[in-house]
Amino acid sequence: MRVKAQVAMVMNLDKCIGCHTCSVTCKNVWTSREGTEYMWWNNVETKPGVGYPKMYEDQERWKGGWQLKNGKLELKAGGKLRKLANIFFNPDLPSIDDFYEPWTYDYETLTNAKPSEHQPVAQPISQLSGDPLDLQWGPNWDDDLAGTPETGHLDPNIRGELEESVRFEYEKVFMAYLPRICEHCLNPSCVASCPSGAMYKREEDGIVLVDQEQCRGWRYCVSGCPYKKTYFNWETGKAEKCTLCYPRIEAGQPTICSETCVGRLRYIGLVLYDADSVEEAASVPDEKELLEAQRRVFMDPNDPEVVEQARFDGIPEDWIQAAQRSPIYPLAIDWGIALPLHPEYRTMPMVWYVPPLSPVMGFVEGEGSEADPDDVFPAIDELRIPIQYLANLLSAGDEEVVRRVLKRLAAMRGYMREKNLSGAGVEEIAASVGMEPQAIEDMYRLLAIAKYEDRYVIPLAHKELAHELYEQRGSQGLDFAASRAPAANGGNAAYSCSLDFAGGPGSCASGETGAPGGSPRNEGFYAMKDELEKKARALGGKVAAPNVQFFKNKQDFESFHLKGRGPQGAGA
Amino acid sequence: MNLWHQFLWVIFPYLALVTFVLGHIYRYAYDQFGWTAGSSQLMERRLLMWGVLLFHWGILFVFIGHVMGLLVPIEVYRAMGVSDHSYHLLALWAGTLFGVIALAGILLLNIRRWFISRIRTNTDTMRFLTDGLLLVVIFSGLAATVGYRIYAAQYDLPAEFEYRENIAPWFRSLFYFAPQIELMLEVPLMFQLHVLLAFLLFALWPFSSLVHVFSVPLGYLRRSYIQYRSSNPKAAISREKDRRKSRKPVGVDQGRKE
Ligand code: SF4
Ligand code: SF4
Ligand code: SF4
Repeated sequence: MRVKAQVAMVMNLDKCIGCHTCSVTCKNVWTSREGTEYMWWNNVETKPGVGYPKMYEDQERWKGGWQLKNGKLELKAGGKLRKLANIFFNPDLPSIDDFYEPWTYDYETLTNAKPSEHQPVAQPISQLSGDPLDLQWGPNWDDDLAGTPETGHLDPNIRGELEESVRFEYEKVFMAYLPRICEHCLNPSCVASCPSGAMYKREEDGIVLVDQEQCRGWRYCVSGCPYKKTYFNWETGKAEKCTLCYPRIEAGQPTICSETCVGRLRYIGLVLYDADSVEEAASVPDEKELLEAQRRVFMDPNDPEVVEQARFDGIPEDWIQAAQRSPIYPLAIDWGIALPLHPEYRTMPMVWYVPPLSPVMGFVEGEGSEADPDDVFPAIDELRIPIQYLANLLSAGDEEVVRRVLKRLAAMRGYMREKNLSGAGVEEIAASVGMEPQAIEDMYRLLAIAKYEDRYVIPLAHKELAHELYEQRGSQGLDFAASRAPAANGGNAAYSCSLDFAGGPGSCASGETGAPGGSPRNEGFYAMKDELEKKARALGGKVAAPNVQFFKNKQDFESFHLKGRGPQGAGA
Repeated sequence: MNLWHQFLWVIFPYLALVTFVLGHIYRYAYDQFGWTAGSSQLMERRLLMWGVLLFHWGILFVFIGHVMGLLVPIEVYRAMGVSDHSYHLLALWAGTLFGVIALAGILLLNIRRWFISRIRTNTDTMRFLTDGLLLVVIFSGLAATVGYRIYAAQYDLPAEFEYRENIAPWFRSLFYFAPQIELMLEVPLMFQLHVLLAFLLFALWPFSSLVHVFSVPLGYLRRSYIQYRSSNPKAAISREKDRRKSRKPVGVDQGRKE
């Protein structure tokens, strides 16, 4: 047993309103540069739907993820030799048209238009070639089931029995939004596919990054990821991907997509897992056993033996405590209502989903129904279409797993309603789904009313020995600023933040300009950064990490956070 | 032997080679971020597949042929009992075959680069230069090999031009710093041209995406699939050492406790 910590996320799909705020904020921060226009590190797709890129879930075509070959785990696209033999041309790479051709509009015709009888029209112009574009596909082209009668059958999750029934019953549609980011997998096939060894998982928090300096542009990570969450920047010729906003995570803050999530449906916390058993768990022969195997890899952070082992494996005390307060473990293990997306890809994704009850409720009484568990349970038992579909998404087709989760969610609603109305019979409801009343109430609290502090339990990165980082400068994530552009704030390149570069996200630009809307939280963050830089200079310029925090203790950290967030912080 | 010859067969080749070596060192040290194959597969895939596969496999064998012809002295072949005639027979047929394959590939790649607007728009001058130069170099090499035969047949010259007795020793002489210029003076123009263009390509090499040739990821075969990096490598290493030395804490067994 070897305990490692991983930053994990859970999204409660019932609450996603499909507003795409998460996608837009992520894009503003990370991918608003040339070469990255088509990338949506966070995207929200409507299910059923073809997804982004089109039909990415069809692994027979794209060969992403792992498969079992003679009982051994092997990349679906073939082993190392095969990859080298194909090094000149990657046969499994989607082209940009599978994502979409990014475009802008010829706004000048509008602003320069002379008075005329007809309204002037701005033509779409390709951002790749500058040519006029005849739009055929774009991001979220099938949002809210738009055009689904035409494209819906292309959804790889509609297979087998579903194929017939869904096509004929489109009048009785069901629908859910699926926000997706990189899964920061425990067994990342992108990392395994990279011939240059430029991709890596961070030892401390499990974040998967691309070393921009070591990447040679072979593009195997793009085809190797079954979720298609690594992208090829056509301008720089390097791969880029979701960074889990690591500069924020290191500073104890949630990712941008979570911070700005309108539905407040995202949870971030640490999980402790047994690194030695990952491979074994990913190699379970029966796909339907994979979920259980993945759950077994997570370790109970309250088990004294696990804690002892975690200490032994060098996990800092406050990280162990954070793991104990983490919202992820109860959601995924104690209550078992969070499920991994496509466990059958065997990458062990670390963003899990609470499946939505609403498609089922829609069938019972129309959207938003407060139906009794007495009505809902039979529906969950009998309904085939949405449940089989959700099972294809979240449990390798095992409908029983999805049924169990949905019943727990329905029971929670019934329980709380009974409790508020009559107070009677609640024990039976809890018992009917095999839960303690207290557990149901805890679950309700976390799902329905949890505050910011409860949804995001992120410990600070331990960078006390930050000077050692100096040697590693330039080897993480998007940290190419130092080699390409002079630091925006005129500092020594060694202090320059990874995000300070021309046209870049600018998250770390100096306080006045960088803070969107001048929120007090961000001011605090930048004040910290200035402070840090002063310290760095005093130390002789040996601090490279942009987000090193010098909190002395937990109180220090918490007071910073509370002060920083102020009255208008989310969840307050 | 005049200054002009000095320049063509000593100064220029050395300039090109020095640029090649120092350029790579400089680029490797200062521009890791720019060091990439610069693929445009994302933009267009069908033509690229044909162009890239033809070109790369063709050029791979052409390269092996050049090593055989330029670096291995003719005496070695003779000592091994390979007759000049059979050497040239092989060189002609294999050389022409792979030369044509590489030529077809690079031609297609150039056409694609010039005529597909999304690619053209995003191609920098250096890429146009090197892609174009590759086309010209390969074409001139092929023209020298095949063309000389036709020329020789018309003027009753020996059918096989023995470049292993002039170009090859001259090329090698560059590397032991005693360039034998006189060897190059009588070489047919087509061959001279091919050599000079190739050196021009070497001079541009380190500043173009051709550097990816030196990044063949052979290390992939030996490393483990999943890579970890620590933001505190020293601590991680010492932790791992401790782990290996000491026993695990007692009473902890595999898996999550139920
Ligand atoms: S989801 Fe992320 S970590 Fe997992 S394989 Fe894809 S890119 Fe890698
Ligand atoms: S974690 Fe950060 S980088 Fe990743 S999708 Fe969310 S906002 Fe984008
Ligand atoms: S911001 Fe939240 S609610 Fe809106 S689409 Fe994204 S995940 Fe859904």
